[in-house]
Amino acid sequence: MTPPAGLILALLLTIELCLAACLQPRALAWTQGRASDHLAQVLLGDGRQILANQMFVEADVYFHSGYYPSVFDQAHAPTNAQHMTLPAVPQPGPEPDAQARLPTHHHDEEPEALHDHHAEEEHEKAMSFLGPPRNWIERFGREFAITTHTHLANGKERELLPWLRLSADLDPHRVETYIVAAYWLRRDLGKPKEAEAFLREGLNANPSSYELLLELGRLYYESYHDARRAGNVWTAALRRWTQQEANKPQPDVAALGQITVRLARAEESQGRYGKAIEALEIALAHKASPHPEALLAQVQALRLKSAGGDH
Amino acid sequence: MNAIFCLAGIVIKELYRRKDFYVLFVITAVITLLMGTVTFFHQAGIVRYLKDICLLLIWVSSLVIAIVTTARQIPAECESRTILPLLAKPVSRWQVVAGKFTGCWLACGLALVVFYLFFGAVCAAKEGRLPLAQYFQAFWLQWAMLAVVVSLALLGSVVFSAPSANATICFSVVAGILLVGAYLEKLAALQPPILAWLLTLLYFTIPHLEWFYAVRERLVFDQDLIAWGDCALATAYAAAYVGVILCAAWLLFRRKPLTA
Repeated sequence: MTPPAGLILALLLTIELCLAACLQPRALAWTQGRASDHLAQVLLGDGRQILANQMFVEADVYFHSGYYPSVFDQAHAPTNAQHMTLPAVPQPGPEPDAQARLPTHHHDEEPEALHDHHAEEEHEKAMSFLGPPRNWIERFGREFAITTHTHLANGKERELLPWLRLSADLDPHRVETYIVAAYWLRRDLGKPKEAEAFLREGLNANPSSYELLLELGRLYYESYHDARRAGNVWTAALRRWTQQEANKPQPDVAALGQITVRLARAEESQGRYGKAIEALEIALAHKASPHPEALLAQVQALRLKSAGGDH
Repeated sequence: MNAIFCLAGIVIKELYRRKDFYVLFVITAVITLLMGTVTFFHQAGIVRYLKDICLLLIWVSSLVIAIVTTARQIPAECESRTILPLLAKPVSRWQVVAGKFTGCWLACGLALVVFYLFFGAVCAAKEGRLPLAQYFQAFWLQWAMLAVVVSLALLGSVVFSAPSANATICFSVVAGILLVGAYLEKLAALQPPILAWLLTLLYFTIPHLEWFYAVRERLVFDQDLIAWGDCALATAYAAAYVGVILCAAWLLFRRKPLTA
């Protein structure tokens, strides 16, 4: 006598439910150790860093609207991402150096304007990799290829975002990715909340990064106009910088310059002249600015203000 | 001429009877539409990555259609021995070569029209604009490039015994030209004299398909139109290569024994 099919089905379902109840806690335990791992990380392993780098380069290609050195022109390839946070066209007006000499009167100006002009010239020189055509094939081929060096502007910087997102997903420890994406999100795309969330994601993966804290401080200062929070974040950035860089033979003084000048600015805006002077003195002690005389002048101005008892 | 178009018609019918085109089109459409649904940082208007991916898929698909369709034409006729009654019609061997080329090239053109219609629809939906002149240039130059690829595959089908070997070699040659064709002379400068001479010779001999591929990038990055005169010159350049390669294919096919 054969048992009815319905009975067998019910039995199988019961066994399945029992097994599921037994196995579920174990399955959760298996995955908990790798909670942050996603498919790409599991499949690609360390190879994902190479892919992440490629995605970042792709973002750079998009930033230049396709005008980019090939693997055969690697000597001209950008070596860092600094140019990706440069303005699209040179800013008219007084020399950046002159602005930097009067920092207390130019709170809206970017302190790194000091370096922008030089960096822009360097980048322009590096990107003139084409040279004159050597034969008719090359000359005619250039009629089809993209041969002008431009940077994305007028909100088109959004086109970088997919590649930066992908790069961050593949290699969460690549700090530049977060900085470049956050820079454009907050500056030109009007998305400070998304920029903050992305920077915090970066900080979760790289808790000791002073570069990310510097960028987060800029976001608070420039987008939210919250000098107090910005000052706190830059203080943390300065602490991290001191822990990681101070004892190195060649410390990252450019970053220190940015942190301290900005910190001084935030402290000054809150009337804490003493702390502002302290921050600038750190920059002076580490020779963090190519124009120490501008910093000295600022320290003097702050001392006068402090002695005058403005606050 | 009639014989050539009759042969071409058969090739076109073969394309829509086979599943290759449909599979490639569905894959392209599904991947593009899926990618189009992804949002990044709640930012609207991001479209270049989508154009980039879609055009890349169109390029890959069109190359696959061109090479695979062409590579099996003459070997299939020889293997099934239908080439013998065909040549007894009488249809000359030159007409067979020209007919097969015309059929494959037109079939590629038809496939390309469908692909570009899809691409245009996706871009118009995402960007809200339709730069028809740019799309036409991209389509035309890609089709002209495919003419060279089809003729190369046809030559390969006369030289190599198996369509698979022919297809693999054609893919390698086309990929090689697209990737390093423009830099052969630069590479030559770094090599010892004999190798340098060979690379330079290769540089001036190969069809520079990378010119045509650059149009894809122009479309992705919203560049200006290419001068129409340059388009015409590039078309003439492709036509010249097609002529030379088809002549070579005919010369080889003329002496080729049709039965093993």
